[in-house]
Amino acid sequence: MIESDAFVQALQDIGVDFFTGVPDSILGGIIAELMERRLYTPAVREDEAVAMAAGAYMSGKVPAVLMQNSGLGTSLNTLISLNMIYCQPCILIVSWRGYQGKDAPEHLVMGEVMPQFLDTVKIPHRTLSEKTAIDDLKWLAETFMKQRIPVALLMTKGVVRGLHP
Amino acid sequence: MRPEQGTMQSRAMAMAALLELLTDQPVIICNGFPSREAYKIADRPTHFYMIGSMGNASAIALGVALAKPNKQVVVFDGDGNVLMGMGTLATVGALKPKNFIHVVFDNEVYGTTGNQPTISNVVPLEKMAKAAGYVNVERVREREDLIYEFTDMLKKDGPSMLLVKINEMVEDVGRVMIDPQDITKRFMKAIQ
Repeated sequence: MIESDAFVQALQDIGVDFFTGVPDSILGGIIAELMERRLYTPAVREDEAVAMAAGAYMSGKVPAVLMQNSGLGTSLNTLISLNMIYCQPCILIVSWRGYQGKDAPEHLVMGEVMPQFLDTVKIPHRTLSEKTAIDDLKWLAETFMKQRIPVALLMTKGVVRGLHP
Repeated sequence: MRPEQGTMQSRAMAMAALLELLTDQPVIICNGFPSREAYKIADRPTHFYMIGSMGNASAIALGVALAKPNKQVVVFDGDGNVLMGMGTLATVGALKPKNFIHVVFDNEVYGTTGNQPTISNVVPLEKMAKAAGYVNVERVREREDLIYEFTDMLKKDGPSMLLVKINEMVEDVGRVMIDPQDITKRFMKAIQ
């Protein structure tokens, strides 16, 4: 399992310097670490977080937005009618609730369709694993710089240490 | 019957008065007619004209304000937009960026889609902002008050909200003739 502080440090090492989002249990350890480092600006909705990140990007920051995959639904219009149209990249750290059909009912539909959903709206994505983590982060940074659109790193339970085991 | 029927000022008139008081501040302008009117009245590289993502103007401006704490950031917003992104009033009120000025042109309608009524005739948006934690909040109708209060807000620490009651009149304006990607590039360069 990847430790939260190592993961946050790795994000900082690829240049990310503005963090916002809406919490999820899978992301709990990362958010706690970001708060300890005073790097996290909490948002109240995922579309707000994405828009705030866009403002930060235009001010010279490299932004990341943390969210549960339900937030992809909430922020979809912002992602496609702001980020995509205006060429404003951001890194999306998205927890994959409903992965392999094992979760509470509200997560099952998005959990099943998320990769196809992201493909449909042309948001490049990868699923983080401990083995490929270094490569995954390198890919994130390169895609951000090259394509100038949102790029998603999907995170299943137990890959990065959460607040609860 | 609207409670404030008889409001004389149009958004374009109010906007022109405000733009005269601004120089190189970043201005985020919400989607619909407000962006088109601002583009026609005075196009500046420090303007970020929105064409989509309704409800997000204040969140974009908040991102700029947080990343550029030494620059005063202005939002030109509408009542429909504020109602749609209402949570951002709370985020701004909680984070209290001193360099954040939120102008809301309130005509009580969704003007761009055919003047369907919003609910700002009964929901006072500036009071919601005040309750959320905005430091300075004013509601104005007349041009003299608008100029006085905005000039005052430019001198004060925010976050501030200036709610401007306007009529439904819309300027004869076309679309913003700059490619969105170029709006981004131009804005980024201008606010560096």
